[in-house]
Amino acid sequence: MDKKYKVPVREQDPKERVRNFQEVSYGYNAEEAALEASRCIQCRNPRCVGGCPVSIRIPEFIKAILEGNMPGAASIIAQDSSLPAVCGRVCPQESQCEGVCIMGIKNDPVAIGKLERYVADWARENNYSTAIPAVPNGKKVAIVGSGPAGLACATDLAKAGCDVTIFEALHKPGGVLVYGIPEFRLPKEEVVDYEINQVRKLGVKIECNVVVGRTVTIDQLFEREGFDAVFVGSGAGLPKFLGIPGENFNGVVSANEFLTRSNLMEAYSPEADTPIYVGKRVAVVGGGNVAMDAARTALRLGARVEVVYRRTQKEMPARVEEVHHALEEGVTFQMLTNPVAVLGTEKGWVTGLRCIRMELGEPDESGRRRPVEIPGSEFDIDCDVAIIALGTSSNPLIARTTPGLEINRHNGIVADERGITSRPGVFAGGDVVSGAATVILAMGAGRQAAKSILEYLGV
Amino acid sequence: MYKILKKRILAPDICLMEVSAPRVASSAQPGQFIIVRVGEKGERVPLTICDFDPVAGSVTIVTQRVGASSRKIFALEVGESFEDFAGPLGVPSEFIHQSEEALQQKRYLFIAGGLGTAPVYPQVKYLHQKGAHVDVIIGAKTRDLVIMEEEMKQVASQVYICTDDGSYGFKGMVTARLKELLDTGAQYDQAVAIGPMIMMKFVTVTARRYNLPLIVSLNTLMVDGTGMCGACRVTVGGKTRFACVDGPEFDAYKVDFDEAMRRQSMYKTQELDADHKCKIGLGNG
Ligand SMILES: Cc1cc2nc3c(=O)[nH]c(=O)nc-3n(C[C@H](O)[C@H](O)[C@H](O)COP(=O)(O)OP(=O)(O)OC[C@H]3O[C@@H](n4cnc5c(N)ncnc54)[C@H](O)[C@@H]3O)c2cc1C
Ligand SMILES: Cc1cc2nc3c(=O)[nH]c(=O)nc-3n(C[C@H](O)[C@H](O)[C@H](O)COP(=O)(O)OP(=O)(O)OC[C@H]3O[C@@H](n4cnc5c(N)ncnc54)[C@H](O)[C@@H]3O)c2cc1C
Ligand code: SF4
Ligand code: SF4
Ligand code: FES
Repeated sequence: MDKKYKVPVREQDPKERVRNFQEVSYGYNAEEAALEASRCIQCRNPRCVGGCPVSIRIPEFIKAILEGNMPGAASIIAQDSSLPAVCGRVCPQESQCEGVCIMGIKNDPVAIGKLERYVADWARENNYSTAIPAVPNGKKVAIVGSGPAGLACATDLAKAGCDVTIFEALHKPGGVLVYGIPEFRLPKEEVVDYEINQVRKLGVKIECNVVVGRTVTIDQLFEREGFDAVFVGSGAGLPKFLGIPGENFNGVVSANEFLTRSNLMEAYSPEADTPIYVGKRVAVVGGGNVAMDAARTALRLGARVEVVYRRTQKEMPARVEEVHHALEEGVTFQMLTNPVAVLGTEKGWVTGLRCIRMELGEPDESGRRRPVEIPGSEFDIDCDVAIIALGTSSNPLIARTTPGLEINRHNGIVADERGITSRPGVFAGGDVVSGAATVILAMGAGRQAAKSILEYLGV
Repeated sequence: MYKILKKRILAPDICLMEVSAPRVASSAQPGQFIIVRVGEKGERVPLTICDFDPVAGSVTIVTQRVGASSRKIFALEVGESFEDFAGPLGVPSEFIHQSEEALQQKRYLFIAGGLGTAPVYPQVKYLHQKGAHVDVIIGAKTRDLVIMEEEMKQVASQVYICTDDGSYGFKGMVTARLKELLDTGAQYDQAVAIGPMIMMKFVTVTARRYNLPLIVSLNTLMVDGTGMCGACRVTVGGKTRFACVDGPEFDAYKVDFDEAMRRQSMYKTQELDADHKCKIGLGNG
């Protein structure tokens, strides 16, 4: 084998997979993993570790794989990550660990994500648990939200002996992992439910259907229920719309609505009661992971799908692998294009998007070149469903019902890098602080906050 | 699990249930709703809180059988449980922020259409307990569909019944009854209308002629009910608002009813289509 290139990962045939919701990537088997692991040159100053937001000891776990020491590999990863089966699958590796891998300078970087996934899947399939039962320390901590931030925070606190309860607004725990990211990228029963059960096994209680700020306030959690500290990991779930004419026509949905119907409510399955409207031609507006997930879900539900994005493929914030998969599956792209109006029938059903062509101008604050409209370049795209995937902001509910909790102008909670907020005893992290980001960053923030909470509680 | 403690049939397709949900019961306020789910594959269905008892830890809901999910709810019996019962959701009615002294000076009129009588009840009860003057118009298609009349009479000063077919009370729609009431000199500081979207639209048209301040409660489509999806969005005063977190109650004069009615029918063809269960054409060969 040529060590210049990654060991290719086996995937479902694009023609087949557009007709089902099963996972696209099969992951490595033992042989492939060992082969890929042998590509790592075990750098003394591993750049990859610096590229990982939670500093997983990458060369060490790769070495353990090579030595056939799988329990060892799992334990090394577990020291820094509580959701490796998830992160191995959904991290934007190309801009994190793999983006700085030394091998990547001349050749392909080591497939760190795929190796991490392999280890995590091995641990699950072999019932290898890295959890150690803790001695109770008598402290009660409440966690708001069961996404990656909340789960990671809960895990560390439970391991330290705290009595932890997670309160989740929806009927199922997992946050974006269950309502946002589709089955074909992140299997729910196999991976997400398993990880959540691991957290439960540590003694963490999860109470669903509790909307903090409505069902119970943070003040009440302290005063009536005797919690000693609260961690808020409520995410950034509020969808943004374009604010263009026709946006409330029937058939215009947020990506969150579309994905929630399909994932959380399982509308893709014939047994589920929740309806989903897909139409024949779908236009998806946006260029992030959310847009790719919506596009590929619509494709699997039988529609022809076109993605409308105002910059070029190079600037797309989605994971490279997802864009690649979307193209393979037959999603088409209209780059440098922005909708200016939604077109509809007299009865208010969508018939298309009026778009305008863009060109890239000077770089903006994000360092990406700012798209500017080309006057007179309007044209129409036919569609009977338009999915808006422009990003999300924080739900203001908790901030509004928690006196003394400072928020920023995007309704996000203000917290420092240790997760400390303006309210003593209240900590926060993940998307609710950073704005929509990534699973690994949310998890890292949850773990940081757990450290701060333990300090605050004096344990 | 949320156990059904009591069940009472109010009309052929309408039932009242008292459900054990201590957390919801202890924080519920008039104007709010809950979301229930029946079974593992169930839809999230929004229903208004019709009464609540923090001591007993129970919440009362009233459900009308209209489609697949409400039929599942209706079929549940005492002793059985809801899979999920989340809430209270939505913003409580504006009047809960007013002082008792202020409310004692106020005259309220509630206009309930059909099932709307149920969500009106907790509001009338609250205002009555605070000493406000409250009259209620209850409208229904026919006598059989008039619900909660006795309960309402306990808490309202006057209850005016009207039926479309004249089988009970005034013959005609709530709008006609409203017009008659206002024409004969009745004065109110605030009116609240709850019922089918079309009824609320026409009550708004009528009330506008009398400059009567009016609030409506919008029963839009919803999925999560927590502000996460935007399925419930409505145009109010030219701005997009989410009924589940900004409402469900809004100033009637600012609501775009035509858009709201259109959006409510979004899944209608699909729901009625008997084949809609197969959503991706799998299994059809
Ligand atoms: C479609 C989609 C695809 C994505 N793809 C990727 C990807 O490929 N890779 C990647 O790294 N990241 C991806 N992301 C981003 C990533 O999922 C998020 O950054 C991450 O989940 C944030 O974690 P969190 O714990 O902060 O919040 P969330 O995952 O949003 O979880 C917050 C939880 O809190 C609950 N909650 C909110 N308010 C309350 C309340 N008042 N009371 C109780 N509970 C409450 C919510 O219901 C939710 O369950 C994607 C996001 C989406 C939407
Ligand atoms: C805030 C709020 C409070 C509500 N309170 C109550 C209540 O106290 N009791 C009660 O019985 N119902 C209430 N509803 C309406 C209830 O949620 C719907 O009737 C229910 O979702 C219909 O579900 P289904 O599957 O049985 O009917 P579907 O099969 O979904 O629909 C059957 C028919 O009803 C129409 N429909 C669907 N959703 C609604 C809706 N939200 N409002 C009006 N028509 C609808 C459809 O267009 C269709 O024609 C409320 C809705 C909201 C948003
Ligand atoms: S957690 Fe993410 S960034 Fe870190 S090593 Fe794993 S895949 Fe790379
Ligand atoms: S930078 Fe690449 S080659 Fe070096 S240790 Fe990390 S994974 Fe291995
Ligand atoms: S129902 Fe989803 S935002 Fe209101």
